[in-house]
Amino acid sequence: MNTQTSANAQPAHAHSSPGLWIMAWRRLRSDRLAMAALAVVALFLVTLLLSALGLVAKHWDAEVGVNYAPPTFMGAQSAEERGVEGMHAAEAPVPDNPRDPLGPVLKQLRAERDAAAAAGTGGGDAPLDYYGIVDPLAKEIAELRSTLGKDKAAAPVRRATLPFGADKWGHDIILKTIKGSETSITVGLAAALLATVLGTLFGALAGYYGKWTDDFFNWFYSVFTSIPYLLLILAVAAVLQQKGVLTIVLILGLTGWTGVFRLVRAEYIKHKNREYVMAADAIGASDMRKMFVHIFPNISHISFVQMSILTVAFIKSEVILSFLGFGVPVGVASWGSMLNEAQNELILGKWWQLTAASVAMAVLVTAFSLFTDALRDALDPKLK
Amino acid sequence: MAAYILRRLWQMLPTLLGVVVLVFLLFNWVGGDPAYILAGKMSNPAQIANIRKQLGIDESYWVQLWIFVKQIVTMDFGASWSTGETISHVLSTRLGPSLTVLVPLTILETLISIGLALGVAYVRGSLTDRMVMIACTVGMSISILVYIIVFQYVLAYKFGWFPVQGWGDSFSENLFHYALLPILIGLTVSIAPSLRLFRTFFLDEISQDYVRTARAKGLSEPRILWVHVLRNAAIPVVTYVMSNLPALLIGAFLIERFFSIPGIGREIILAVERSDFPVIKAITVYVAAATMLFNLLADLLYKAIDPRVQLK
Repeated sequence: MNTQTSANAQPAHAHSSPGLWIMAWRRLRSDRLAMAALAVVALFLVTLLLSALGLVAKHWDAEVGVNYAPPTFMGAQSAEERGVEGMHAAEAPVPDNPRDPLGPVLKQLRAERDAAAAAGTGGGDAPLDYYGIVDPLAKEIAELRSTLGKDKAAAPVRRATLPFGADKWGHDIILKTIKGSETSITVGLAAALLATVLGTLFGALAGYYGKWTDDFFNWFYSVFTSIPYLLLILAVAAVLQQKGVLTIVLILGLTGWTGVFRLVRAEYIKHKNREYVMAADAIGASDMRKMFVHIFPNISHISFVQMSILTVAFIKSEVILSFLGFGVPVGVASWGSMLNEAQNELILGKWWQLTAASVAMAVLVTAFSLFTDALRDALDPKLK
Repeated sequence: MAAYILRRLWQMLPTLLGVVVLVFLLFNWVGGDPAYILAGKMSNPAQIANIRKQLGIDESYWVQLWIFVKQIVTMDFGASWSTGETISHVLSTRLGPSLTVLVPLTILETLISIGLALGVAYVRGSLTDRMVMIACTVGMSISILVYIIVFQYVLAYKFGWFPVQGWGDSFSENLFHYALLPILIGLTVSIAPSLRLFRTFFLDEISQDYVRTARAKGLSEPRILWVHVLRNAAIPVVTYVMSNLPALLIGAFLIERFFSIPGIGREIILAVERSDFPVIKAITVYVAAATMLFNLLADLLYKAIDPRVQLK
């Protein structure tokens, strides 16, 4: 009986021998912080998917609130408090830019305009606009505005407050943040995938073939790493004039493969002389087959962890590029473009868009970084 | 030593040539015809042909590449496309303001990070250690943009402790008046990653036998940390600091932009906004060369730190 049990247990045990990924998952599951981080990341990804499918935040650019509607807990503010008094509804005040070299000139023009208006000797019948410049089209615009105003009466009422506030056009901030997350995270993931594929491919070729192939890719690597990363991105952004989500994915992906290359190349050098590769060679496997069917599964965890690290780095880069105006085109919400708007809003005391974009980004990046750290430890326990 | 340096410089040539070809391909081939950018929207074929002749881009690619190499060697890139200022003048005048911010920033960042990392590594595993590490992770996940926007608004605009922005002519005014808030923001952003990294370097050393021996000899804890551990962990620390220097030059471009500091970083952003290709090309090539020189300098420093290192 005893021998029978052990005879039965033996093959059962051999079958259930867990692979690298299952063992890593078990290790990961016992790490409570990692699971919490994974839950947060999953929440963002589900929201991204719903938003991409058009189920959530489809109408984020609907003007549902009044301009700069404050968050609900602050209570409604009058137009005067919001700083939009006397403005056309779709128009928000231009805050004084402290860096504007024309600031003093503008101030003087406005003072002259006000003085002229007070003295009743204005510039003839042509009214002066916000900047104190005679506007020849003023009458036509006034007519257009009055017709717009008539249409507006039929339009749905804009809400005075929104749960998370509104931006200068009255877009709901929470929907805008969801849409912005979709853009930023998609760019980060897609660019990280591209960079990882390139880095893995180059690293595999260089490490496996060695000799002049290795020399060539090493030279390529040293060329790319001798230019500081942000400078390289900006140089490529300067050349690719066309703005768009695809452009920015290409910029980040084509410049960011170096880290993956270095690690993958080292792994291929280590693995190419192992017994299992020689065995594959003996049964006549081709180079490609040995590289990607035999060796790659054994080093794939390194590419995977690198991709996770790159995603975080690229989300940060996208935010900076979009902020500077070299990233997503106008009219596409991203965390970077939100921060760009928020920069001027803050001077008016409208802090909610800044807070929403920063908090969303900080929460995702923190969770993603913590998860990446745990993933690396789980996949490579020797490191710990 | 001299032979080693010469050999290393010789080995840099292929890489530098690669950078030159990469930049050349990017701007002269991928970038399309710059004559259209220069001529603007109102252009006629005669103007375009004239500009092409001036830029030398009516020649073959080989001739253009040769012109580019000549420009790099003679440091004569001609004039900026947008301001007409010569590129050499742009570079020489923008370097000073950048260094005024970056040199104090790098020194302070390195010293503070080393101090904090030694402290955290000393109390490793404790609650303090874990709290500091969590604070670093959270701090690193906030965009540098948010730090700049909030610090500039709160500390300079609201409280008026610092100038909101600006740059003067006198060095001491710049350093002690205008550069203070930029340096403070730079420290806030850069200490967290350095601290995390240095902590792992020190942790590797702190469990070594020589530390136990030093304790057994009755050395004081500060002496063990600051003399013994630091000396042994110096090589990775120096590598990190040196390899970060050129990136710092560019990395501070956001700070320079927000605070209107007329440095290299702000110049790059302006050049990208204006499609001012000669400026970007010149800065990219020279910064790449500087990066390679800094790497060589780091290797020479290893020898000074650790006499066992053999320069080959």
